[in-house]
Amino acid sequence: MAYTFDFSSLWDYAPVLVHGVATTVGLTVAGTVLGVGIGIAGAAARSSGNRPLRIAVGAYVELIRNTPFLVQLFFIFFGLPSLGIRMPEWAAAILAMVINLGAYSTEIIRAGIDATPKGQVEAGASLGMTGPQIFRYIILGPAMGKIWPALSSQIVIVMLGSSVCSQIATEELSFAANFIQSRNFRPFEAYFLATALYLALAVGVRWLLARMGHRMFMKGAARA
Amino acid sequence: MLEFSLWDILSNLLLAARWTVALSVIAFVAGGVAGLLVLFARVAPVPPLQGAAKLYIELFQGTPLLMQLFIAFFALPLAGIETSPWTSAAVALTLFTSAYLAEIWRGCVEAVPKGQWEASSSLAMNFGEQMRWVVLPQALRIAVPPTVGFSVQVVKGTAVTSIIGFAEVTKVGTAITNATFQPFLVYGLVGLIYFALCYPLSLSAKALERKLHAAR
Repeated sequence: MAYTFDFSSLWDYAPVLVHGVATTVGLTVAGTVLGVGIGIAGAAARSSGNRPLRIAVGAYVELIRNTPFLVQLFFIFFGLPSLGIRMPEWAAAILAMVINLGAYSTEIIRAGIDATPKGQVEAGASLGMTGPQIFRYIILGPAMGKIWPALSSQIVIVMLGSSVCSQIATEELSFAANFIQSRNFRPFEAYFLATALYLALAVGVRWLLARMGHRMFMKGAARA
Repeated sequence: MLEFSLWDILSNLLLAARWTVALSVIAFVAGGVAGLLVLFARVAPVPPLQGAAKLYIELFQGTPLLMQLFIAFFALPLAGIETSPWTSAAVALTLFTSAYLAEIWRGCVEAVPKGQWEASSSLAMNFGEQMRWVVLPQALRIAVPPTVGFSVQVVKGTAVTSIIGFAEVTKVGTAITNATFQPFLVYGLVGLIYFALCYPLSLSAKALERKLHAAR
């Protein structure tokens, strides 16, 4: 049997694909901003003197890093309503991404914080800076610069992982591919195109994050 | 209506977890072998081979595992190969694993000092001999902790195969949820089963890393 590829029928579904790409990008932006925020807070908590807090954050990180994103997503979307916590599918997708990236970035940012030379913290203290000031101005900036490449890779992984959000009917890119192949019965073409779009997104996001990292962290390093 | 006890649910999930473990082992072993081939191509002094290996790694690291699974599921039949969820899942996860392992191992190979390559080539060793006798033994030492750490990603990756209908623990969890209407309990247990599989791997990766740093 010879199969004839037909990508032309995908043209009719361009709006569906655009909507899918836009949703994937939106989920990624929201997940990244909030997730990295949690990561910074989590890393600060893990290197704080408060022992119960450190243990709680450690448990959160290990629990999330050792279970699949898909199961976390199902737990949030299908499991939490039995506790009376209901949310639309896009909110569940963002929440799952934030919790997931939050755990990974806690661990990544903590590694950067651990690499801060102790003398710098002491120098800050001797200038009369308060604890939060030291964290904000001395520890966090250089730490973020050091771990930016690792954090960027994790953001790309979370974006690609968001493809499973189609399973709770979030209308992102892989949902668009599912929708198209259910209409034109050309699964190979639909998934091939969606995969190519994901690849382009991954390359684009990686490029953008590298540029952002350069602007935010390299300028200061060059001056110092 | 049938009633399901907690034990009914848990025992069925644990039976399904066998398939999660089986698929993980297959993907990890086959992916390791394939990853070694990709690694050789990636570091060989042959530019076209390097380029091809680079593209291969980029393709699998730049696209979602879910899409790779769908393409394996729908494209293999186009090439006249009969597929089941089993074979598609095993093929896709193996390729996925091979790309990541090749990239992890490349870092380890590049951590071997350049002088080692030069010394061995001055002894008239060819590329294969250099890799076999000089570079890989040294790279292996530092490769073990990140390789064990990556096995966690393989185990978690098997969850996605539930979407193409492979009956591992997530898929069976969904089926049980549909029968018992207890998603909180069932997905909670599914998560704990994954945790029980992955956490020991994470811990041993961390312990191996500490041992390696202490040895240096």
